[in-house]
This record gives sequence, C-alpha cells and structure tokens, in this order.
Amino acid sequence: MFPFNFEWIWDMSHLVFMGGLWFALTVLGMGMTYCIIKAAVDTAEGKGGGHH
Amino acid sequence: MDDALIPKGVKRCPLPEFLMKLGPVVALLLWGVVAMFMCWIKGLNQTNMNDSYGFALWIWADLTVIALGGGAFFTGLLRYIIGKDKLKEILNFAVLIGFICYSSALLILAIDIGQPLRGWFIFWHANVHSMLTEVAFCLTCYFGVLTIEYLPLVLENRQIDRVPFFHNLSHNMHEIMPVFAATGAFLSFFHQGSLGGVAGVLFARPFAYREGIFIWPWTFFLFTWSAAAYGPCFTIMLAKITEKITGKRLVKDDVYALLAKIAGWMMATYVVAKIVDTWYWATVTAPSKGQTLMDFYSNNPFYGIWILILEIGVGGVIPAAILITRKGRRTPFLLVTAVVLGVVGVCVNRWAMVLQVMAVPVLPFEGWPMYYPSWQEVATTLLPVAYGILLVAFSYRYLPVFPQEPELNPIVTEAREPAESEATGGAGDAEMKPAEA
Repeated sequence: MFPFNFEWIWDMSHLVFMGGLWFALTVLGMGMTYCIIKAAVDTAEGKGGGHH
Repeated sequence: MDDALIPKGVKRCPLPEFLMKLGPVVALLLWGVVAMFMCWIKGLNQTNMNDSYGFALWIWADLTVIALGGGAFFTGLLRYIIGKDKLKEILNFAVLIGFICYSSALLILAIDIGQPLRGWFIFWHANVHSMLTEVAFCLTCYFGVLTIEYLPLVLENRQIDRVPFFHNLSHNMHEIMPVFAATGAFLSFFHQGSLGGVAGVLFARPFAYREGIFIWPWTFFLFTWSAAAYGPCFTIMLAKITEKITGKRLVKDDVYALLAKIAGWMMATYVVAKIVDTWYWATVTAPSKGQTLMDFYSNNPFYGIWILILEIGVGGVIPAAILITRKGRRTPFLLVTAVVLGVVGVCVNRWAMVLQVMAVPVLPFEGWPMYYPSWQEVATTLLPVAYGILLVAFSYRYLPVFPQEPELNPIVTEAREPAESEATGGAGDAEMKPAEA
C-alpha cells in the first residue's frame, strides 16, 4: 500500500492500482475537508440559521 | 412521542405501532447476527462450502447486491453529470438503497473472509495482479462515496438541521456533490467491471471464459452495463414496495417513467450485447476449448438450460421490451412486472456467473457437484436484508427521503366547527394544508 512496505515495487501494476486508490481517496478527502472547513467558516460568520 | 424528529409536511404512524411492526425484522436480524458470530468464532466449517464451491451463496449475494445497488451510481451520474434534474426526486432513495447494498456487501465479505481481523491485509499487502484487489479498493472507496452522499440526507433531519454547522455542512456537500458523483461513477465502472472480469479470465473454466479487448474480457463490460441497466429497476421496485406498505404515493409517475425509460434502453442494448456474447461463446469460444453449449447445462435442479432462458429471455428481453415502450412504462402493472423480471434476471445472471462456473465439470471424470447452503449461510445472507429494511424504515420515518411526498399526500387537518365553517363560507369539512417542499 505504501512504498515503505517490504513487498512494494516501482512497477506499472503498483502505479496503476495504488495511483487509482490514492487518487480516489484524495478526491474524497479533499472534498470533505473543503466542506467541513467551509461549514465552520460559514457558521462563524453567522450563516445557516437552520431554516431552508 | 417523536413528532419533533419527523419531517415537516408528512404524516407517520405512532412510534409504538412503528416499532411493533419492525419486531419480526429485528428477530430476523438477530438470527443473522447469531449465525455471523458462529462463523467468526467457529470458522468457515459452519458453511457448506467445499473444494468445488470456494465461491458460494455469500459471493452470489455480494455480486447481486452490488449489481442491484448500481442504481445509486447510475442515477447520480444521470442527475449530476448528464443533467437529468427530474431524477433528484428519487435520487435520495437510490442513494439510500446503494448505501444499504454496499454496506451489506462489505458485511458479507467480512464474514466470508473467515479471518476478519486480517481484512486490512488486502490493502496493506495488496496483490496488484488480482482483479479482486481492485474490487476491494473500489468497493471500499465507493462505500465512502455513498456515505458522503447519504450524510446530507441525515443532516436534513429536522432537529439536526437546526444546528447551524450541520446545516452549512449539508449545504456545502450538496454544492460539490457532482465531484463525489463523478468519483462514484469512476469507481463503480471499474469494480462492477472487475467482478465480471474475474469470471471472464478463468481460461480453465470454459463456461465463464470470454475473449475481450486488452486485459478486459467482455464480461467486464457486460457486468458494468447490466448494473447500470438493472440497478435503477431495483430502485423503482423498492420505491413501489415502499408505496404499497405506506399506502402513499411517494414519487410522481413522470419520474418513474423517465428512470424506467433510461433503464429500459440500457437493458435493451445490454440484452443485445449479451445475446451476441452468448452466441459467440457457444459457437466459437467454447468449441475452441473442446466443449459444446450443452456440456454446460444438466438435468439437475440448479443448472438446467432453463437458467439461460430465464436470465436472457424472461429477465432480459421481456422487461426491456416493456420498458422501452411508452405504454409499457406508463402502465403501473407492466412497469412493476418489468422491474421485478429485470431484478430476477440480474440475480440469475450473477448466480450463473458464480455458482454455475464452480459446478460445471471441467475434467472427463468429474460430475456436477451440488451445493446447498447451511442455515448459517442463509441466516447471514438474510441479515443484510433485515438491516436494509430497518434502515429504509428509519430513514423514511425521520428523513426527507422522498421530496415529493408532501405534495403528493397533503395533510388533511381536523374538521372545522360547523358554525365556523358556515360563517366563513367553507365548502368542505376538511382543509387541505398546502404542500411543503
């Protein structure tokens, strides 16, 4: 899973498989981080009174 | 008792009645939990799997719920990427069903691997030459996507939504949902495909083996295609069942019709591709391995030629023919018939691609091994069904799963006093409360 794992090899298979995994995890992680930080900022600014 | 938690503009039965009706489902859930712990504590000797059936009921259930849960990624793709805005009225429910299907698939896998404490090995010590490694990666990531898609719905609960941070978080997640939906479609394409690819690369098992393009056998594409075609059918089927149980209309007919039309055309093109694939396999691929079509079918109870007819004819051609016609998808009985047949069709397809692959003899001295699941396997397979019913029930009760419900089921307020009614010139005894979106 990581380059420091003993079985890691810098070959195409690892790059494609692990590249895909880390790409997906990065998109999800960054997306959620953005949402949470923006929600905290919006709340601090007094937005979102709880009524749609 | 729990009125403060129930969405605005909708009516729910009293809490005691609700809980009492769920009693049998909870009993089923507990039966499954007992069997699950037996498998974990005593091991896989609790199953009837053997050397012939390394994949059995659990893997069939896994592949089936993943195909049926495909309605979530495909509906999300249609709504956020293709721009079919009308489908937003059923997207919450599709996401809920997808969440249940994928969490169920992961639960079944956690039981099936026999050593759940080593489940993380598939990530840490990944075998990058296995399609199943890719499936594990994509399944886990896509479950993350479904959780992210389901979370805003939970945050829209009346009481949670009152908290400004959660209100803002839900709003922000809605804003960037197309990014998550696109990621989900990317992940789904590959794991749905790889599940088919696993069967297609078994060159020592001519029943499953298929040729293809580059490293992908045709089954890779057929599995993705079928999930996109049949997943929405499962969403429609469960929405109709929910309407039947609640006695309410929850989704407008034009929404059903649009989703059914898209699913119908996906199904029709899939069935044509499947027929071509089957014909080529029966006349070219299998003979090149020294076998004929009828070598793959037997007179035993599970693997007769009827399975092919049921899968492609009854579960493919007929529902596709119904759904691609305007009259078919606009007629409630035909619509329900088509989606039920479609769901049966994809279940049978996954059955053949998991169980029959294991059963077909590949050596001259081999017979057809039979497999009957143990009660522990049955109970653990029904466990996700019970869990799914509970999650749908609680989500329906406390979350705005169906945005059109208030409009389709206006709440009739209590009758006015006759004198007041006469004084105000009221024509009727009851007043219809305006719909709240």
